[in-house]
Amino acid sequence: MYQTTYHCPSSVEEAAALFGKGSDSKYLAGGHTLIPVMKQRLAAPSDVIDLGKIKELVGIEVSADALIIKAATTYFDILRSAEAKKAIPAIVHLASVLGDPQVRYRGTIGGSIANNDPAADFPAAVLALGATVKTNKRSISADDFFKGLFATALDDGEIITAISFPNPAKAGYSKMRHPASRFALTGVFVVKTKSGDVRVAATGASQDGVMRVPAVEAALKANWAPGALENVTISAEGLLSDIHGSSSYRANLVKVMAQRAVTAAG
Amino acid sequence: MGVEGIGASVVRKEDRRFVTGKGRYVDDIKLVGMTHAYFVRSPHAHAKVKSIDSSAAMKMPGVVGVLTGKEIVDDKIGNLICGWAITSRDGTPMKMGAWPAMAPETVRFVGQAVAVVIAETKNQAHDAAEAVVVNYEELPAAADIRAAIKPGAPQLHPEAPGNVIYDWTLGDEAATDTAFKSAANVVSLDITNNRLVPNAMEPRAAIADYNDAEEHFTLYTTSQNPHVARLVLSAFYNVAQEHKLRVVAPDVGGGFGSKIFIYPEEMVALWASKKVRRPVKWTGDRSEAFLTDAHGRDHLTKAEMAFDASNKIIGLRVKTYANLGAYMSLFSSSVPTYLYATLLSGQYNIPNIFAEVISVYTNTVPVDAYRGAGRPEASFVVERLMETAARQLKVDPAELRRKNFITAFPHQTPVIMAYDIGDFGASLDAALKAIDYSGFPARKDKAKKEGKLRGIGFSCYIEACGIAPSKAVGSLGAGVGLWESAEVRVNPVGTIEILTGSHSHGQGHETTFCQLVAERLGVPISQVQIVHGDTDKVQFGMGTYGSRSAAVGLTAILKAMEKVESKARKIAAHQLEASEDDIVIENGAFKVTGTDKSIALPMVALAAYTAHNLPDGMEPGLKEGAFYDPTNFTFPAGAYICELEVDAGTGKTGFVNFVAADDFGRLINPMIVEGQVHGGLAQGIGQALLEGAVYDASGQLVTASFMDYTMPRADDLPSFKLNHTTTLCPGNPLGVKGCGEAGAIGASAAVINAITDAIGNNKLEMPATPDRVWHAIHGNA
Ligand SMILES: Cc1cc2nc3c(=O)[nH]c(=O)nc-3n(C[C@H](O)[C@H](O)[C@H](O)COP(=O)(O)OP(=O)(O)OC[C@H]3O[C@@H](n4cnc5c(N)ncnc54)[C@H](O)[C@@H]3O)c2cc1C
Repeated sequence: MYQTTYHCPSSVEEAAALFGKGSDSKYLAGGHTLIPVMKQRLAAPSDVIDLGKIKELVGIEVSADALIIKAATTYFDILRSAEAKKAIPAIVHLASVLGDPQVRYRGTIGGSIANNDPAADFPAAVLALGATVKTNKRSISADDFFKGLFATALDDGEIITAISFPNPAKAGYSKMRHPASRFALTGVFVVKTKSGDVRVAATGASQDGVMRVPAVEAALKANWAPGALENVTISAEGLLSDIHGSSSYRANLVKVMAQRAVTAAG
Repeated sequence: MGVEGIGASVVRKEDRRFVTGKGRYVDDIKLVGMTHAYFVRSPHAHAKVKSIDSSAAMKMPGVVGVLTGKEIVDDKIGNLICGWAITSRDGTPMKMGAWPAMAPETVRFVGQAVAVVIAETKNQAHDAAEAVVVNYEELPAAADIRAAIKPGAPQLHPEAPGNVIYDWTLGDEAATDTAFKSAANVVSLDITNNRLVPNAMEPRAAIADYNDAEEHFTLYTTSQNPHVARLVLSAFYNVAQEHKLRVVAPDVGGGFGSKIFIYPEEMVALWASKKVRRPVKWTGDRSEAFLTDAHGRDHLTKAEMAFDASNKIIGLRVKTYANLGAYMSLFSSSVPTYLYATLLSGQYNIPNIFAEVISVYTNTVPVDAYRGAGRPEASFVVERLMETAARQLKVDPAELRRKNFITAFPHQTPVIMAYDIGDFGASLDAALKAIDYSGFPARKDKAKKEGKLRGIGFSCYIEACGIAPSKAVGSLGAGVGLWESAEVRVNPVGTIEILTGSHSHGQGHETTFCQLVAERLGVPISQVQIVHGDTDKVQFGMGTYGSRSAAVGLTAILKAMEKVESKARKIAAHQLEASEDDIVIENGAFKVTGTDKSIALPMVALAAYTAHNLPDGMEPGLKEGAFYDPTNFTFPAGAYICELEVDAGTGKTGFVNFVAADDFGRLINPMIVEGQVHGGLAQGIGQALLEGAVYDASGQLVTASFMDYTMPRADDLPSFKLNHTTTLCPGNPLGVKGCGEAGAIGASAAVINAITDAIGNNKLEMPATPDRVWHAIHGNA
């Protein structure tokens, strides 16, 4: 690791101010993406600004129609949360199959969304549930937030403060784990909204990162049942292909995971 | 004898220090004035080194020196050697290219070192290494066997035209061809034995300390065989004379074969320590381990088995291409030849066997022995063929095996090995019972009704351990003898130190070796200390690999014990005024049979050292040594059966049951044996389902971290059901055979046989990832 200056601010405002002062600043949350990259000397921020100890960024709240998870809340705190489990059990399930215990104890929902790894789990939940990403500057809808591989709508120095998930009528997540990393080889989050709309997002599959799956959405809108997807074919075009999964295999997984997610959603 | 003797599951003595964090590994050692090394490594698989500019690096903070490949060659440090000479079928010797410890002119694999930075701290060395400017001219690379043997392939070494190191054969080709001509049925398979990364928990490390005044070196290193390291470093690498080099291998965190070999980093550390007149430490990181530890396996094989009309095997023909990587590592040549083709008879009566092995250079890290070393590859060939044959001949796979089992011993195979003893039917029976084989069809039906694909697969493996009779391996080209040495020191107070040339890096010798002493003398194991891993303490040894430490190392201890006991008996008889023949050893005392006269071991020891009252002419002291050279290999064997289900939607395999019935001869410590089998099975299953080192066409290692290389995790594995059947090995007095590699040798075939049974498609390569299995289910594998 190269030399860096570590800061531990106590408010979002202070964090944003520190960010502006450094020549090449980076926010740090769980550190499970940033620290390995720094150790490999692939990133060399001048200043590392820890968001993890800012009280206003940690915690889970429920309102009448939404589950709000603050950005620096760890996966472990999410999967242990009775409120989250009551509001949207699929999110708790997602957190429980994310990474391994070390990753779950350290990693945060905000870090995951900001990083937008094409195989990360939470982007699928955020997109399928039509969540709103709150930052220190604005609110961004999920449909506008994810911009392809490791890219988001965040401006330089903008801090995610919370994610607000509208309570669905039904939701389910099913994940085929990458054998080595345990990221999503393909994960599919299915949602039936309170207004009867169907939103489906797949992660780990597309070369462009998390994606909606219109063919699955249409079929499920017509009939919310695993069997409804029997005759749906997912095109392998534009899907990832590597030693752990060809694009045709991933296309198959999008469908199979969607079916299992519907079963899980009930 | 006693609760801590042979056969007792004594808790491991060494675990107290390991579980309390008190283990002392190479990286834990810090010497006064120690510097740190960081290697500048090639990012290219094949390139010419045009120039190295270290001027900027030399000016970086803390830098003590930057040394290059040219300098190490100029200083006449020797090239790395391969210690087993193989002769090709045309009578020519193997074609070995030069391997300097750092590349002066040409790099041939990604990760090969071209220079080293020595600095005050590791971070400073790393920073400066990034400032070393190496100018490469890239050359086309041959990253796998097919690319290396293709006409017009890039040439790695001028010594080896066509990248072929040797084309070697074993067995009678004409007789085998004749058998195939008369066959009623022939079964054939194309097999890829996937390349594996050893991934010991502790990465390799070395500390070299040159003492100017004494002209003496000390090397602390992660080695499975410190004496072999000293021998090779002095006799071949010209680093130091043997009496001026002490090699210490302290606690070593796993080796699996990969720490047998002497690597460039140790040579460079020693040489650099003399150059900079300071101790030099190098500790590899995980990325360096992936890129530079010798990998394992990597074969392409075509195998055919011929049967007569009664389903008896009449012939086996095997042609294997083995990838040895960019250079020939220390024992690399022997692994796909004498450790592989000699086991192709499996547990079966096969009158005619012919094997051809062509080893090739590729632009990848060297390949050498890895847990099982050649025997997993052989066992996989034979057991995949047997299962395939059973399906093709439409007979029960257990019955086909039983019909062809060797049942009379000793048995001379057509491929050198003479099996001394075994009862293959007994282990198969035990495994069939444990898995409830007769209930399998009903279980498969039930699973089918629930929409699941269930399969069962067998593997009846045999291997050769107790490596090895020196004369025999010498005649086959080995550069060393493979005996073991031991010394038993009884201290004046009666405590005992056992010095052994075996090295423990996870095997539990500090417990099992004490159990032999407890057995023979009836003393508690707390009175016994095992000393190993230091060339200053132990006179010589050949180290630990090939499941040899019980059969060879422990037998050497037994031989030394017999000498000590004989002398002690004489002293006791003298002290007790009895006849030596009447002395028996019981519970730590020497007794005169049929009387209540006895003298405790400490008193005998004291008498030996005070020498006030010894038999006339007897030398004082109580210490004896022995060298033991085995008379034959030992032949552990067993039957593994795997039952599993495949999820047709995802291709994911889930274990239902995995049973192992092994015959290891006498068990010294059943608990430790179980642990060895568990670890071996994990590696065998890992090879079958998860692990695979992949280089892309340009020679970049795609699986260079745990994010891409799938190491088995606990939840990838079933809960194993272990059984033992026993035939005592007649070749050594303890009747032991060896258990360290069996799991890794036998497990892979059982798993692949089970998956192919479940999915009804026999075409499936390892690792059988969900992706591959899913494609195989859909017929386009
Ligand atoms: C072995 C391993 C396995 C893993 N498996 C999985 C898996 O199965 N599924 C999965 O989804 N992920 C997985 N991960 C990734 C893990 O979830 C990471 O923790 C996550 O991607 C980043 O979260 P973090 O809190 O650790 O962020 P950090 O590493 O601290 O930061 C990541 C990036 O986000 C930025 N950032 C962090 N917080 C904010 C914020 N509030 N506002 C703006 N920017 C911010 C940082 O500046 C940085 O650029 C795995 C990681 C590892 C090491």
